[in-house]
Amino acid sequence: MAVEQSTARGAEQTRIHNIGYRNYDGPRLGRAYARRSLYSQSLRGAYGLGRSVKSKVLPMLLFVVMCAPALIMVAVAVATKAKDLPVEYTRYAIIMQAIIGLYVASQAPQSVSRDLRFKTVPLYFSRPIETADYVRAKYAALASAMFILTAAPLLVLYVGALLAKLDFEHQTKGFAQALVSVALLSLLFAGISLVIAAATPRRGFGIAAVIAVLTISYGAVSTIQAIADAQSGDSNAIVWMGLFSPVTLIDGVQTAFLGATSSYPGGHGPSAAQGIVHLLVVLGLVAGSYGLLMRRYRKVGL
Amino acid sequence: MSRRLWGLTTGMGCVTTFGDVTVIATESLSKRFPRVTALDRLSVDVGPGVTGLVGANGAGKSTLIKILLGLSPATEGRAEVLGLDVATKGGAIRERVGYMPEHDCLPPDVSATEFVVHMARMSGLPPAAARERTADTLRHVGLYEERYRPIGGYSTGMKQRVKLAQALVHDPQLVFLDEPTNGLDPVGRDEMLGLIRRVHTDFGISVLVTSHLLGELERTCDHVVVIDGGKLLRSSSTRDFTQTTTTLAIEVTDTDEHPDGTGAVREALLARGVTTHDSSGLPGAGHILLLTAEGEQTYDLVRDVVAELGLGLVRMEQRRHQIAEVFKDSDEQRKEAIGHGG
Repeated sequence: MAVEQSTARGAEQTRIHNIGYRNYDGPRLGRAYARRSLYSQSLRGAYGLGRSVKSKVLPMLLFVVMCAPALIMVAVAVATKAKDLPVEYTRYAIIMQAIIGLYVASQAPQSVSRDLRFKTVPLYFSRPIETADYVRAKYAALASAMFILTAAPLLVLYVGALLAKLDFEHQTKGFAQALVSVALLSLLFAGISLVIAAATPRRGFGIAAVIAVLTISYGAVSTIQAIADAQSGDSNAIVWMGLFSPVTLIDGVQTAFLGATSSYPGGHGPSAAQGIVHLLVVLGLVAGSYGLLMRRYRKVGL
Repeated sequence: MSRRLWGLTTGMGCVTTFGDVTVIATESLSKRFPRVTALDRLSVDVGPGVTGLVGANGAGKSTLIKILLGLSPATEGRAEVLGLDVATKGGAIRERVGYMPEHDCLPPDVSATEFVVHMARMSGLPPAAARERTADTLRHVGLYEERYRPIGGYSTGMKQRVKLAQALVHDPQLVFLDEPTNGLDPVGRDEMLGLIRRVHTDFGISVLVTSHLLGELERTCDHVVVIDGGKLLRSSSTRDFTQTTTTLAIEVTDTDEHPDGTGAVREALLARGVTTHDSSGLPGAGHILLLTAEGEQTYDLVRDVVAELGLGLVRMEQRRHQIAEVFKDSDEQRKEAIGHGG
């Protein structure tokens, strides 16, 4: 019922058409829909979409920086009519790990610290979704964002390789193996970063802590590996050392199972058994991150 | 109106979705933490309308809301919201109920519209309906052009409106409002209270509103539940609270004959066997006399006494009992209990 009401301030002939309160009796799509909505909102947010212009700058810039070398390599390969790409597909993410680290360090706190800092979390949990839905949506969103970041340059390389008429079978196999590898990397990095970011409502601390954990662990592990290689060349010791940083873990797994060439110092690569241990540690870390996040958010409540 | 409205129907105002059904029912509900008992065998029934939940800080108000939302299991006893058991039907309850927290809960870098749309989708509303309901709800709580600006620049009053809007956007049957007037200035407080009243009368949504300020609940609520230390102190309609006895307030003029008119009336009344109460706690204390009205004859008596003294009667009004007295009583009881214990 559309009741026309002229307002008290209606002197200047403004009229408000007061259509009264309307009840909603349309569909309520429930938990699964809410979880999907949170996922898509968080995924878009990881690239600054639906947020301020300022927050689009860094993720977009990192995305461009991530893809630029791939474009250059493709251009070179096409121009020089090379027989293969200058870099293996699986090697690309290892080379670009600083960019990946920077991206995840900036976006993991964005995704979870804001909700904690501004105490928005209780608003989520006063709705049909539960702790597990929130954690899964946030985890899946960041892992997907990371996958987009790491798989996009691989796609550029692959398309370029096909345009350069390189060996189709070889290129496809390498591309597929690398996709599996970056999927694992995305899950692992997203998990570790979210756990760190969810521990503090301060975004700055979150960013610093994620960068520290990712780069310091890699720096320490690869330095010790290099020393071990120079001192004794003990392959086993070097491989086992690789278990202690996320990047070297992924490197170990893809060297053992995904046809990658090891980037460990001295080119030592894990055996199949050592590779299984690497893989188990990766999966364990992913599961552990999920468990820790669940524990963290069970406490937040209202 | 030929415009297609996404699942929206025109409400007829003032209709409660369920007749005389109990909206909230608890039965010897207890919540114990290792060191404190937050709720102690609380049994209370709340019907449709605006219900005030009064208690000092730490009385167990927030704990009760948490349990009613199905987010925290009760130690013992049971509770139902809209006929759904909180222990097993938490999700279904949260789909039909809105919650406005006491604390700040708004991200500063998004606009009210974006934020409320997101929260509507979190409640299960499809995208188009979420946008439509957000525009409607923000208008109803009194946010217009500013809703497109980032929340960071809002005043406290505007932020409270956004918080209320996100609790109403999915058209719940019941809303929990935790201290909605906190931090507001007197004008903002009145506006918020008016809005809360409208949530029931115009939107047909039942309200459970907590506060430690009793005066404001007196004006806003149909029913008041008072809890203290997790125990039910009193549950009754606002009318019962304020109409048990009538106190008369009298103010008279002074004349040359009686320079202290108030004192003269007091003495004259005393001479006729009517004692006046201590009014020292009231504004204008020296000029106001309080006495208990025991029917028509009291009014006549006052009129006669004032006329005999030749004074002017400035006012004679009924003073309603304040809900605060419930607390005063309980404080005395507690003191007594402590006295007996010690």
